[in-house]
Parts: sequence; C-alpha cells; structure tokens
Amino acid sequence: MGISLKNITLAYGSRTLLENVSAEIPPAALTAFLGRNGTGKSTLLRTIAGLKRPATGEIRLCGRPLNSLDNRQLAATVSFVTTEKIRTANLTCEEMVALGRAPYTDWIGRLRETDRECVRRALETVGLAGHIRKTLDTLSDGEYQRAMIARALAQDTPVILLDEPTAFLDLPNRHAMVSLLGRLARDEGKCVLFSTHDLEIALAHSDAVLLIDPPHLLRLPASEVTSEQLLDRLFEGSGMR
Amino acid sequence: MSRPALLFALLLFATAALFTADLAVGSVALSPAEVWQALTGRAADPTIRDIVLKIRLLKALTALAAGAALAASGLEMQTLFRNPLAGPYVLGVSSGAGLGVALFLLGAPMLGLAGHSLLRWLGIVGAAWLGSALVLALVLAVSRRIRDIMVILILGMMLGSGIGAVVEILQYLSTETALKAFVVWTMGSLGDITAGQMTVLLPVVLAGLVLAVAAIKPLNLLLLGENYARTMGLDIRRTRTLLLLSTVLLAGTVTAFCGPIGFVGLAVPHLARMLFRSADHRILMPASMLAGAALLLGCDLVSKLLALPVNTITALTGIPIVIIVVLRNRTLF
Repeated sequence: MGISLKNITLAYGSRTLLENVSAEIPPAALTAFLGRNGTGKSTLLRTIAGLKRPATGEIRLCGRPLNSLDNRQLAATVSFVTTEKIRTANLTCEEMVALGRAPYTDWIGRLRETDRECVRRALETVGLAGHIRKTLDTLSDGEYQRAMIARALAQDTPVILLDEPTAFLDLPNRHAMVSLLGRLARDEGKCVLFSTHDLEIALAHSDAVLLIDPPHLLRLPASEVTSEQLLDRLFEGSGMR
Repeated sequence: MSRPALLFALLLFATAALFTADLAVGSVALSPAEVWQALTGRAADPTIRDIVLKIRLLKALTALAAGAALAASGLEMQTLFRNPLAGPYVLGVSSGAGLGVALFLLGAPMLGLAGHSLLRWLGIVGAAWLGSALVLALVLAVSRRIRDIMVILILGMMLGSGIGAVVEILQYLSTETALKAFVVWTMGSLGDITAGQMTVLLPVVLAGLVLAVAAIKPLNLLLLGENYARTMGLDIRRTRTLLLLSTVLLAGTVTAFCGPIGFVGLAVPHLARMLFRSADHRILMPASMLAGAALLLGCDLVSKLLALPVNTITALTGIPIVIIVVLRNRTLF
C-alpha cells in the first residue's frame, strides 16, 4: 500500500513546484528521492507528513486518505525525520526517542513496559544502545541523525520519511546510514522515502528512485537506471552539459 | 532514594520551612510554637492570632501562589518559544497586564468612575487579564510568521517599552490620587491582599496551574520543535490556546494582584533545570512550581527583614541566575 500520490499539485508561495503528478511508493522498499535544490523535495515530504496541504490532489497512506486521519492516527501512520537540528541540553537520547511513543501514551506521557521495550529496540536497531544517557547536545552529527531515526522507529509507523538524512555525514557514515534505511525497509516491511543528493549511495542501497524533473515526478526502479542517466535528467536545462 | 526524589523532598521541606518562617518574621517576632498555636486556634493572645491569621497567613499564601504561578508560566513560555530568555516579563505579558491596570486605575477616575472597592478589584484583575492576553496573542501571532527567536524577543521588549511610554502618558494626565494608587501598584506587593481578594486569587491561580499540568505532555513534545511535535500527533492550535490561557491566568492574575514581580518567571525554570538536570516537564513543572513558591517566600522574608519592596529582592536574586545561564551559554533548546 505505502504512499499513493494522485494528481498532486504543489506550490511554494506563488511558485508551482509540481503539477498534477501521481506516483506509487511501495511498502517494504527503500525509495530515494532525488531532485535539484528548490524543486520541492522538502515541500513534498512535508505534505506527505501532513504538515502542509497540497494545492490539489489526494494523498493516501496505507490505503487511507491522509485528510481523513486525525492527529493521532496520522502520527501512528507516518513519521518524519526533518533537517532541523534539535540540541536541547538535559534531554537524553533515550528520553528523546521515547517521545516517539507519544501517539500511544496517556495524557502525561507515561511509558508502559511495551513502550520501553519499543524504545530499547529502536535504539539497538540504529546502534545507539550504549548512548542512552547521552544528552542531545553531546551527540555527534551521525549519532544525532541515528537517534532521530530511532525516534521515528519508536513511533512504530508503516511509513517513514526522511529529509536529507545523509547531509552533514562523512562518506562511511553516509553508506552506513542508507544501508541501515534499506535494512529497515526490507526487514520490517516499512515504506521508507528519503531525499538526498548522493546519487551513487542512493543507487547502491535503494530499491527505487523518485525523481523530480520539474514539473514532473518520475519513479524508476533502481536496477534500471545508472547515475549517468540520472545526472542527465538532473542537469537538463541547467546549461552545464 | 533517587536524585529527583531527594531533591523534591528537599524543595518541599524548604518551602514548608520558609512558609513557617514567613509567618514568624515581621515587626513582631513570633516563635514557631506561637505560630503553630495561632494556626490551630489555641493562641492565648488574640493579637498574635490576628497578626498570624489576618495578615501574615494571607501574605505567605500570596507568596506561595504567586511564586508557583510565575515560575510555571515562565517554564511554559520558555518551552513554547524555545527560548531561554522568555518569561512573562520579557515577552511583555506583564507590561500588557500593567497597561490594562493603568488604563483602569488612571482612566476610570478620568471618566468619573470611582466605584466600590470590590468592583475596583474585579476591574483591575479583568483589565490585567485582557492586557496580558492581548500582548501574548500578538507576540504569538507574530512568532508563527517569523521563526527568528531574536525578533520575537526584540518585539516583546519593544512592546513592553511602548506600553511603558503609553502608561507614562496616562500617568502624566491623571490626578494625584489615581497616580498614587497606580505607583503603589507598580512597586509590587504581596501584602495588600485581603481575605476577599484571596478567594479570587487562589482559585484562579489553581486553575492556571491545573492547565499547566495538563500541558506537560505537549510541552515535552515541543522540546523537539513544532514540526516534530505535530508529526508526533500534537494538536498545535489546541496546545497554543491551552498555554496562552494558562499563562494569562497565572501571570496576568498575579500581576494584577501583586504588581509586576520580575525575574521569578525567568529565573526559576533555569534553577529547576540546573538542580534536576532534566528537560522532562513531568519533573520541571512541579519542580518550578515548588522552587518558585520557595523563592518568593524567601524573597518576602528578606524584604520584611530589610523593609524593602519585594520587587527589588526578586530582581537581585533572579539576575545572578540569569547571568549564570547566559555565561554558561549552553544550548538549551
């Protein structure tokens, strides 16, 4: 089921970013989202996360229309890792990840044993089990990004969106990050969509590529494209080739 | 015993001790035994009973409620605006309340509305609520469009100064008696509360504190910023309304009854963070309330001993805490 976009038109201010595009993003697969700066990657991700409304069209998450979900249902369906850097002092890694359980906890956010177990598993999955007492302001960029992904995992949603999770990371960390996302998608059956500018890394670990070629949106299986073809698409009209 | 439990026990003890001391200290020094006898109605001397029950108890209760209220509203503002320097005073909420009171105290006599004392007090409280709600709504509306924290702070300060100028014009134009009433109000006092006013102050502050406790989970989610909070199921509009209402009930009411008391709302949440080394509002909210009550009781005690306005003492206690926070320059949000 995953994410289904139907006749979506997106605008940022008065500028139209995408016009009447449709796409299906399948579950149990890692999809890399490519496109040049300012073509609307972040805006589309924000729209799928329910933070912004599309100008026209319908978004379905796991078969259900996004606008029919209430706040809690939406939070139990899609989680989002943004580019924001949150460096709250005194907030430990474990406490931050536990906030991902918010859709399932009571009025004051008390954690039950199942919630604790979920948080523990999420931290283990991203390899931060040894950092639970570290506060956010003391984490490295790579650790911070993984902690944010653990939070999304703790939220236990079938759809996970990530906006440029590899930015600020060094090369080995980028590979490790994207291969982790691939494992999550395939092993846990999640629909994972992440935006990136790393063509090689995206193609090496993803199942499919979602490409913004303004004002169109294309979905290509990763096995059928090469980075040269993608580069051609991306540089088209830029006058650099 | 865990560290938070121990700290809570210590804070509770400090609050209780300062409360008792506040009842014992004054122009007539009383022993704890005499205070206890007066409270339990077994005092031999009716004068002592009157001093304790009719003057000091009211004042100590006011300090307790006002301290908890200002600290809780400060914590709410700091997390909502994700800004360590936010507080009812800095964001212009107190000056908004001040303008309301000034308009009422200075404006009503100009219009020939003198009136009954109860009516006067209800007018002061209503005007303060309205003024603080207006300023807070304005700052909140702008903060939705402009993300930059500095802009919001500058806006709050400019609003405060602008309001101050308007208040001065009002002062310039008003009569001597109205002016005196207003100047006395601005000095801030915990001691002018009558038993009748207490029946308004306590329930309203309590309602504000209940709303603050209800906001604990939303506040925790807001630690990660509004976008993250929304993707984790937070109804942002409801949360903003809840926090606005709570702050107006807390800071607006206290400002109306006690005048502008600075730095408690700003400094106490930082004190709680330093003591408990936590960002969790399930700990910070009750800790701020207790520490705020203890701090204002302590300030009241000192102000009685030195015969100075309580305002000056809260400023001199709060400013060092704020300076420490700024100097440590840690990323709080």
